[in-house]
Amino acid sequence: MSKVQHLEQIIELYGPHLHDEPYGGWQAGRVIDRVVPTHCPYCGIQCGMNLLVSDEHVVGFEPRYDFPVNEGKLCPKGVTAYLQTHHPDRLLYPLIKRNGNFERASWDEALDLVVSKFKEIQSKYGKDAIGVYSGSSLTTEKTYLMGKFARAGLGTRYIDYNGRLCMVSAAAGNNKAFGIDRAANPWTDIPMAEVLILAGANCAETFPILNKFLWQQRDNGGRWIVIDPRETPTARQGDLHLQLKPGTDVAVANGMLNVIIREGLIDEEFIRNRTNGWDDTRAIVERFTPEISAQISGVSAEKIIQAGLLYGRAKTGMIMHARGIEHHSHGVDNVLSYINIVLATGKIGDPGRGYGTITGQGNGQGGREHGQKADQLPGQRSMLDPEHRKYICEFWGLPEDELPQAGVSVVEMFDKMREGEIKGFLSICNNGMVSLPDTNNIRRSLEGLEFNVNIDFFMSESSRYADVVLPGTSWAEDEGVTTSAEGRVVKINKAVDPPGEAKQDWWIINEIARRMGRGKYFQLNTPREIFDELRNASKGGKADYFGITYEKIDKQDGVFWPCPTQEHPGTPRLFDNKEFYHPDKKAKFHPIEYFGADEKPDDDFPLILTSGRVVYQYLSGNQTRRIGFLVQQCPEPYVEIHPETAQKLKINDGERVKVISRRGEGVFPALVVRTIRPDTIFIPYHWGEELAANQLTNPKLDPTSKIPEFKACAAKIEKIHSRELPILGKGRKGASLSEVQRGK
Amino acid sequence: MKETMFIDPQRCIGCRSCVSACRECDTHKGYSMIFVDYIDRAETTATMPTVCMHCSEPTCAQVCPADAIKMNEDGVVMSALKPRCLDCRNCVNACPFGVPKYNSAMHLQMKCDMCYDRTSEGLVPMCASVCPTGAISFGTYEQIVPLRRTKPVNAHVFGNQRVETKVYLMLPTDEDEVTVDGCGVFEGRVAVGSKETKTEGSWIDTQVEESDSRNEF
Repeated sequence: MSKVQHLEQIIELYGPHLHDEPYGGWQAGRVIDRVVPTHCPYCGIQCGMNLLVSDEHVVGFEPRYDFPVNEGKLCPKGVTAYLQTHHPDRLLYPLIKRNGNFERASWDEALDLVVSKFKEIQSKYGKDAIGVYSGSSLTTEKTYLMGKFARAGLGTRYIDYNGRLCMVSAAAGNNKAFGIDRAANPWTDIPMAEVLILAGANCAETFPILNKFLWQQRDNGGRWIVIDPRETPTARQGDLHLQLKPGTDVAVANGMLNVIIREGLIDEEFIRNRTNGWDDTRAIVERFTPEISAQISGVSAEKIIQAGLLYGRAKTGMIMHARGIEHHSHGVDNVLSYINIVLATGKIGDPGRGYGTITGQGNGQGGREHGQKADQLPGQRSMLDPEHRKYICEFWGLPEDELPQAGVSVVEMFDKMREGEIKGFLSICNNGMVSLPDTNNIRRSLEGLEFNVNIDFFMSESSRYADVVLPGTSWAEDEGVTTSAEGRVVKINKAVDPPGEAKQDWWIINEIARRMGRGKYFQLNTPREIFDELRNASKGGKADYFGITYEKIDKQDGVFWPCPTQEHPGTPRLFDNKEFYHPDKKAKFHPIEYFGADEKPDDDFPLILTSGRVVYQYLSGNQTRRIGFLVQQCPEPYVEIHPETAQKLKINDGERVKVISRRGEGVFPALVVRTIRPDTIFIPYHWGEELAANQLTNPKLDPTSKIPEFKACAAKIEKIHSRELPILGKGRKGASLSEVQRGK
Repeated sequence: MKETMFIDPQRCIGCRSCVSACRECDTHKGYSMIFVDYIDRAETTATMPTVCMHCSEPTCAQVCPADAIKMNEDGVVMSALKPRCLDCRNCVNACPFGVPKYNSAMHLQMKCDMCYDRTSEGLVPMCASVCPTGAISFGTYEQIVPLRRTKPVNAHVFGNQRVETKVYLMLPTDEDEVTVDGCGVFEGRVAVGSKETKTEGSWIDTQVEESDSRNEF
């Protein structure tokens, strides 16, 4: 049983505490022993940065001007990323929970306990009684190893990864339409596009460095159409803002395509020769007149017409989307409805003409290619395809009957914990107690486990529920590759050794496999050896890494996959010859009907709650909620409410209010702003426990991608009648640095 | 040094990357000399970065009784010289842009010095290096201006005072000068340490203004 009994004590020992100084304090003229070129640990842009090492500590960064993607630019998370490396909250040795307290243990003691418990559970309940939950902020080497570890090491079918909460709708949509899952164009195509459609993408806060390319496009005279329920900084800077009701993306996309058809702006030759399925799609889209789309979405018909004409008439144009359209119970439909526009206008496969999802996590792309997904094997191969299974089993030397069947998505895995099917759990690189929907149910899942192991370098809200916590490494203490959102494979370089007794994650996983008696499949002693195995495993798959080497990545500032041979330079733009990856080399239209969000507002819950991010925090916040600067800028979640709605409810700006959904409730300070729709409220999700927006969100899954509906559920707001509650947010000390520094 | 800074507020996304990076400059000792403020969060997400404009006739230097604020040969107005600074805060109160701050821990005025330790070695200042959008850019007039659709303006009129600056604001305007209304009159700022909260605007603005009005680190 792994309940959290002494929360205050755990927080006192393992944080989150705020830390805001380089090792040894702020110093002028420090002697720098070496400068290590690497990349940022956070989002999918994977900006280049140089880490400064002095006395075997990372003491700062220097812009990496010569890396072409970001040319030295970084967001505030990237600037302060190095403060993690020597953070006082770092986990320095293995921990075993005894009587509710974490106690220091040796590696042998901790690993032997893990292995004996896993063996016990598997012999009692079967191999599938262990679940593995991985993540996409790991290097690709580690993500490959996690998939192999679950299948060949533990022999369990249950493995999934946190990209399930991020990129899967886009991946499924891309696979259906194009037969491959990767952004179609490199970022350098953006400045060549006359018109950009940014759907559900708050680029300013979630992909700050992408704005370099967006503004280059603007400087060239380009236009932006931004589709978002909130007036984000990106929406504010755009030319046309379609401020839709959350969950109505299909109506807007079909409405725009309707205009494009009506005005004769489709590319009939491309449709005829390069695609399938147009007639069915056209039939549905013709019902979505601008007026009908306007009625559903709350965007005016004029704006839908303007947007359709602007994109339709432009010679070049790109459509990019992110979690805003993907985090829905019809996320794949949303994605496909935008791909239909791309295909109908033939704007794909040329400079400045293209399409892409803006992948969220640092290795969101690489992490979904090499077999840590429930139904996937290395090289974007499928667990369901007998040929693919045979190929990988031969490659691993694993008897085919030992390769488990496909597993289930992470939300379903947590259901299986509550149902008692999964008894043991190993998680790495994720924090479900913040990032999974309906956290109260997630807590019940974790509390019901017989044995729970967590690997992390900070104690997360989810680590607290573990029986054993093993200290892994931060990105600066290991090497390996990641694949950025544009499909560019880049190399993370090691700057310093891990602190204390912390070990590289691949060592930990190998060691558990070895002690489980499966060592013959895990003779991999360095990231380079793992990479060599993975690129060979991917050979001939869609995500073919065979021709990529560490040296080639260094020489070319990254290599775009597919890269099938040593001589191949990589593939920055897919579909250059208008050939797609389905067997007939054609792309597919999908007729998309509008269904909307699973939960629609009603008399009891009259508002639509949507959740999202702020620029100062990364995902579940386990890294960024410990960095003083970032926390000072945004110390706690808040709820954005339109002034009309606030007035009706008699809520003042800054007042704490209770936000309630069918699953839970939370208390948040109100931020009364005209930048949100009156029928919609917004809470950023990066916090845990009583501050978690995900106490409220709907765990309803997309039927294909199994992504939860984070972006739309029904909610209500209640005024709190208590004199004891502070009026303003307790941690909010202003958005200026002066407060931070006065505190020193 | 032919290069200078170009501040393009309409490109600002409010990420405060510049604010965090400014601390990394060796001579700044972990203090940031740059400010990013919401214009009016209740109405818009618009934000504005403020760096030292490096005036050709700097008000801060003119009002300094100890002659502690020097301009170098490149036209960069430096932070107060520590041995000379009297803690009088004249500069803090006089600057029309509200840039210099008083560091009570160090008994010293501090302000943006265009990362002189970096620029003197041919490096780009930290804020301009990291800024994602080019809201803060560093380069020559010839490098930056032709690429933009905004107009470089470096003359500012505050009531009776006209100020020319080394740093350019990039504005969507036909005007040659920026005119700030109401500057001839003393409007009464929020008193130092005042607990009074404003009744209008968002609480985020209120917090920012309260802390910034103290003009202190």
